[in-house]
Amino acid sequence: MSFFEGTDLWTLAVIVGLTCVTILTRSFFFFSSEEWALPDWAQRGLQYAPIAAMAAVVLPEILMQQGEFLHTWMDARWMGAAVGAAVYFWRRNVLLTIVVGMLTFLPLHLLAGW
Amino acid sequence: MFFKAENYRHPAFMEGLRDLAPQAPGVAAWGLMTGVAMVNSGMSVFEAIAMTLFVYAGSSQLAALPLIVAGAPVWVILATGFCVNLRFMVFSLHLRPYLMHLPRLERMVHGYLTTDISYVLFTRRFAKPSEDPAEQMTQAASLAGNTFIVWVSWMVASFFGIFLAKIIPTSWGLGFAGTLCLVGILCSLASTRMRIFAAGVAAATAIMAYHLPLKLNIVLAIGVAVVLSMSLERFQTKRAGEAA
Repeated sequence: MSFFEGTDLWTLAVIVGLTCVTILTRSFFFFSSEEWALPDWAQRGLQYAPIAAMAAVVLPEILMQQGEFLHTWMDARWMGAAVGAAVYFWRRNVLLTIVVGMLTFLPLHLLAGW
Repeated sequence: MFFKAENYRHPAFMEGLRDLAPQAPGVAAWGLMTGVAMVNSGMSVFEAIAMTLFVYAGSSQLAALPLIVAGAPVWVILATGFCVNLRFMVFSLHLRPYLMHLPRLERMVHGYLTTDISYVLFTRRFAKPSEDPAEQMTQAASLAGNTFIVWVSWMVASFFGIFLAKIIPTSWGLGFAGTLCLVGILCSLASTRMRIFAAGVAAATAIMAYHLPLKLNIVLAIGVAVVLSMSLERFQTKRAGEAA
C-alpha cells in the first residue's frame, strides 16, 4: 500500500470542494459583520435545536435497520443504547455509558449475531 | 480556536476541555471507523489523509464515499455534503451572538471547528451569550478548549483508522461507540419536559422522513421540533396567563 497509489486529481478536487462546504455551512452566519439580532421568540426556539439535532441523528441509527423500523426486538443496537441510557441516568457519566453500552452490544452482536 | 494564546492560556480553556473529555472515546471510535471506511472505499492513503485534515466532518465524509467510488458528478457530491451539513447552519445561527464580538476570521475558524458535540456541550454550559467582555472571553476560551479535544481525538483516531484499515474489521461494529457517545449527550440534555418533547418530535420526524434524499430528514426534524416546541411553549404561557 504505497502512499500515493491510486491518488487522482478528481478526488482531490472533490476533497477541496467538500472542505469549502464544511467552511460554508459551519460558519454560515458568522460571515456577515452586520449588526442584527434574531427576534426573541426565534432565539428561544433555537434552544430546542441541540436536543432536536441529537435525537434526529441518533434515534434512527438505533431504531432502524436497513432503512426500516426494527421488525424484531432482538437487535444489539437498541439494547446497547437502552442499557447505555439507563447507565447514564444512574451515574451521569458519558464514558460509562459508552463502556457499558459496548459491553452489552458486542457480545450480542458478535456472539449471538443480532 | 485553540491555537491562539489568549484562548489556551485562559482557565476556561481547560474547563471546556474537561467538559468534553468523557465524550472523547466516543469521538475517537467514530473517527477510527471513518478512517477505516475511507481506505476501504478505495481511497489512497494520501487522499484519506487530506480528507481527514481538511473536510473534518464525519457525516459528510461518509456520505461522500460511495458517491466518489461511483464517480458521481462533482455537484451531486457537494450538494450531498451540503445537505448533510445543513444542521451546522442552524448551529451557527444559534452561536452567532456568542461570537460576534470577535473579528470575522476568528469567528469563522471557531465555526469551522465546531462539530455537533462541541455545539451541544457549549450551549449546555452557556445557556445565554454574554454582554460582558470578560465573560465573552471566557466563553470563547471554553469553546476553544472544547473544540480542541474533539479535533485531537478525531484526528489521531482517524489516522489510526487510515493506517490500520486492513486489520480492523468493520463487522465488529466499533463505530457503535460513537452512537453511544451521542446517546449519552442526548440523555444529558433531556433535563426538562419541553426538551423531552422536542427530542420525541425530532426523533419521530427523522424516522418518518428517513427516506428523504441527502439526509434531509435531519434538518426537517430539527425544524419541526423547534417550531412545535416554540408553539407549545407559547400556548402554555398564554394559558398560564389566562388562569392567573
